[in-house]
Amino acid sequence: MTEDKIKQKARQILEKAQLRFITSLTDSIPQIIAVIGAFLIGAIVLAVTGYSPLEAYGTMLVGAFGDIYGVGQTLTQATPILFTALAFLLAFKCGLFNLGAEGQLIIGGFFAAVVGISLNGLPVFIHLPLALLAGILGGAIWGFIPAVLKAKLGAHEVITTMMSSYVALYVTSYFVNYPLKAPGWVSQTIPIAASAELPRLLPVTQLSAAFILSIAAAIATVYLLEKTTIGYEIRAIGLNPAAAENAGISTKKGLILALVISGAIAGVGGAGEILGVHRRFIDGFSPGYGWDGLAVALIGGLNPVGSIIAAILFGAIRSGGISMNISTGVPLDIINVLQALVVLFVAAPKIFEYFKKKGGFKWLKLST
Amino acid sequence: MSAAIKMVGITKSFSGTLANAGIDFDVEEGEVHSLLGENGAGKTVLMSILYGLYKPDRGKIFVKGKEAKIENPAKAISLGIGMVHQHFMLVPSLTVAENIVLGSEPEKYGFCLDSEKANEDVTELSRKYGLEVDPKAVVNTLPVGVQQRVEILKALFRRAEFLILDEPTSVLSPQEVDGLFKAIAALKQQGKSVVFISHKLKEVCSISDRITVLKRGRVSGTVNKENIDMEELAKMMVGREIPIVPLQNPFRREKVVLQAEGLRAFDKRKMLGLKSVTFKVHESEILGMAGIEGNGQSELIEVLMGLRKLDEGKIVLNGKPITNASVHERIKSGFSIIPEDRQKTGLVLDFSVSENLILGRQDQPPFAEKFYRLNLEKESELAQELIQEYSIQTPSKETPVRHLSGGTQQRVVVAREFSRQPKFIIASQPTRGLDIGAAEYVRKKLLEMRDKGCAILLISADLDEVLALSDRIAVIYEGKIVAIRENSKTSELEIGLLMTGATND
Amino acid sequence: MVEIVDIINAGLFAAALRMATPLVFTSIGGIFSERAGIVNIALEGMMLTGAFSGVLATFATGNPWLGVIASVLAGGLLGYLHALLTVKFAGNQIVSGTGINLLALGGTGYLCQAIWGSRGASQSVQGLGAISIPLLKDIPFIGEIIGTQTPLVYISIIVVVLSYILLFKTPMGLRIRAVGEHPAAADTTGVDVYKTKYLCVVLSGMLAGLGGAFLSLGHLSLFVNGMTGGRGFIALAAMILGGWTPVGALGASLLFGFADALQMRLQSVALLPSQIILTLPYILTIIVVAVFARKRAPPSDYKPYIKE
Repeated sequence: MTEDKIKQKARQILEKAQLRFITSLTDSIPQIIAVIGAFLIGAIVLAVTGYSPLEAYGTMLVGAFGDIYGVGQTLTQATPILFTALAFLLAFKCGLFNLGAEGQLIIGGFFAAVVGISLNGLPVFIHLPLALLAGILGGAIWGFIPAVLKAKLGAHEVITTMMSSYVALYVTSYFVNYPLKAPGWVSQTIPIAASAELPRLLPVTQLSAAFILSIAAAIATVYLLEKTTIGYEIRAIGLNPAAAENAGISTKKGLILALVISGAIAGVGGAGEILGVHRRFIDGFSPGYGWDGLAVALIGGLNPVGSIIAAILFGAIRSGGISMNISTGVPLDIINVLQALVVLFVAAPKIFEYFKKKGGFKWLKLST
Repeated sequence: MSAAIKMVGITKSFSGTLANAGIDFDVEEGEVHSLLGENGAGKTVLMSILYGLYKPDRGKIFVKGKEAKIENPAKAISLGIGMVHQHFMLVPSLTVAENIVLGSEPEKYGFCLDSEKANEDVTELSRKYGLEVDPKAVVNTLPVGVQQRVEILKALFRRAEFLILDEPTSVLSPQEVDGLFKAIAALKQQGKSVVFISHKLKEVCSISDRITVLKRGRVSGTVNKENIDMEELAKMMVGREIPIVPLQNPFRREKVVLQAEGLRAFDKRKMLGLKSVTFKVHESEILGMAGIEGNGQSELIEVLMGLRKLDEGKIVLNGKPITNASVHERIKSGFSIIPEDRQKTGLVLDFSVSENLILGRQDQPPFAEKFYRLNLEKESELAQELIQEYSIQTPSKETPVRHLSGGTQQRVVVAREFSRQPKFIIASQPTRGLDIGAAEYVRKKLLEMRDKGCAILLISADLDEVLALSDRIAVIYEGKIVAIRENSKTSELEIGLLMTGATND
Repeated sequence: MVEIVDIINAGLFAAALRMATPLVFTSIGGIFSERAGIVNIALEGMMLTGAFSGVLATFATGNPWLGVIASVLAGGLLGYLHALLTVKFAGNQIVSGTGINLLALGGTGYLCQAIWGSRGASQSVQGLGAISIPLLKDIPFIGEIIGTQTPLVYISIIVVVLSYILLFKTPMGLRIRAVGEHPAAADTTGVDVYKTKYLCVVLSGMLAGLGGAFLSLGHLSLFVNGMTGGRGFIALAAMILGGWTPVGALGASLLFGFADALQMRLQSVALLPSQIILTLPYILTIIVVAVFARKRAPPSDYKPYIKE
């Protein structure tokens, strides 16, 4: 190709990328407004209860990104919620509400822990993948049960997945308090073998290779949805099940597959926490990563790339929040309040249409 | 007797299509006045205007001599006008009485529902009009005919003097139809008026005092009871000035592509939608299926595609029985369908043009590769090719199909289905909602496929279309094929009569 | 070693009644919301907020009954939020419900720390205490169970009766059921669909708040972070198991309450690990939903009703 042609092609690609970036930015406006709105209301809450919002948010920001330790912890917190966000959004693309990511994550972590504890004497490049596979299996099984109940019996997955989370919590709690309990007061297992550990990435922090796995999972999810026949069918079922059936796509098989893969992703998240951060199974190790994932998926605009950004945001709020609490005494729960506000803002997109009608947002010149 | 309701010069159009054009229609006290016409003739629109669901663009309505502006159903009800729709507005888990009194419930002790009074009132009402119902029965346990009586009683409870019944017999068994006619006679005796909207010639002729025929939004003629002539009426319903000359088809073959034998199936309401359907479609042939909607066409399509289970019967494609094959297998064997509602079942509106073009083929080579990988280059190539070949007007192949016009959307469906080299095509209402140019294009493409050897089953409520394109014409009525004729050996009149159940083979 | 026989006594059944009470209030609240066609998975959050508000008001005024009123109001407020998001703005009912749960959990924890300096629990306040019904309490065995309880237990029975009457014996109840099952039919007869849905969702919040009041004021006398422990979801299970009727919900709640009371006493007998027993209500719910999915579908379709 001549020099001119190369330049022309490069310009085309650049324009396309720019266009994509700008459209995704404008598409994200409702989510961005949701985050800003949540922080604004959070500021009001802080002020009313006698704390300085500027001070609170300031220490949060510094704690999250101020130094290497902060960044490391931010990414560590972001990792499991990125996994559960991906799990939620994948199921959602098929028209399903997977509220069981929490349970799938716990079971995945548990299976990984069992493999990590029991199989000794294996080289790391066998033991570690095996443990991760166990995590995938655990999460997949936990997603399979509600999936089959829905496909065969029509049982609504909202309730069955949510209940399965509680069952997962208690069942693993039993194991870790009785048969697999390590000596001592804490409800936890013995540590996993070193050959099953996910390596740490940053010294002093808890950041492990699980973070890299989470990014890989996000990329894999994009690939699955956009570039495979399975992803095509899942999306078709989610958007128009009638047309999908007419085209010969089996909605039953599709939704089982979607929930199983969704559960598997959450399972890897659990495995990542156990093998990378805690290195043993601890009762109640998840402070609600499953629910965080839901918020992250929504704020991420229900797509994998957005979820990465949103997960880092929420991870920052979490880890920064800990610093904020230590230095200013603002109660930790403001983190959860902010998260909740974000979810509520995203719950009803029509709010934006309503306010547009009433004349707000004119300065943003939203189309649609 | 002076007319109790008078509609003068009613004109109404919906996004450019004229549904009612200058219609005059009146109803007298104590008469049964039927509105007869094909689908889309404008009958329901006219009565919806009377019931306050739509506002006419032009025209006036007079009730009992006084001009009335009917803005909503509540106003219509206050004027004594009641309407029983085709799709019932009944709450399934409530009783008959509860449904009837909903919104105007009798009370006792100031806050309690007086169920006894409600039951009594309903029993009294039902006895007065000969509409037997059990007020305590739960609606979803009742057969459709009884549910209809509940709907009628609902209108009567609100003191309706004029009852509009929209296609009331389309959901009834023959015995239930008798019951309904007896009820209508009783209502007439009590001085009520009934407007009976229908396409069924025989029934209309047996109960009406007057019949007004609508055709394409205009009044074709009004006939009194004494002057009823079924052939005349049929002509008024479907007749046209310029006769259509059927096209020549030099490609017809003897080979049978699709054979359907004794098809029997239940519909959504667990009633027999297909009673016994038998037909064959040959290579390079278009078999047109004429019939008013709701006579089993949807069930037939579902059964042929594999979306609905057959109770009895066989389907054979090129000698191979496919009665139990899945939808996927049928598509692979050469089935193709232009569905009647392209937005609901034909396209995924939020998918791009190119994604919609491989719908149904996405898991087969060359689009599917090892490990479930989608070959996006091939998808793109196909899209370019088809956009060109079928002149699909779209800004790009990535545009979501939602943003395209109806005609363009149909081209996408046609392009997708026809480019698969199918052996058998089901074309259901293929030109519905399309402008003339788009409709002509679809018809042209159908003929091309026929010339290439395809067997086509054309199902259309537009008799013109059926007559223009078909080699043979089958008429479906109440779940049965009542006749199959060579196009050259029949007439529009004959088909029209068969469609309306007037004569049987 | 305590034997099983030792634990089966009147005390067990009295405890069962106590454990069931918050479920009764909350599940009936759920019934109203679902009967009107709105899924309310935020019952957990409304319950928790009710529990917190009750303690807060009692702390401020010294009167636990004012606390109960505050619980009801707080729950109702969250109900209004849910109705706003799902009815007026036709938002996603599951997302809205989840958001409210998160808000309640975070908000109560935050305020607890801000006001009492502890994230775990509030200060003790004046509880509702127990009352004894004369004559009733003297009946052998039965009297021990229902003769002496905190007033909210008796109120819960009244709520069951009132709800039954409201839902099945009044015009309002008829309209609620119509609106939930076939909003278009109700609309055409002049029923105000939107207003009916709003009222029911707010009512569900109020009842859930009352259930929370039981936990913090009737049972204990303080607020503990996250004290509802999933009871809002178990109430949903009780609602489903009870076939979306008040009396059924009462029965189902008693069942779950019994399991709860039994589980606590069984720990001293060491028969089955507590965790396994704790899973039972959830597994039971899954089974109920799966088995009854086709036959006992909830009365409505869960789609937002948008007027043409």
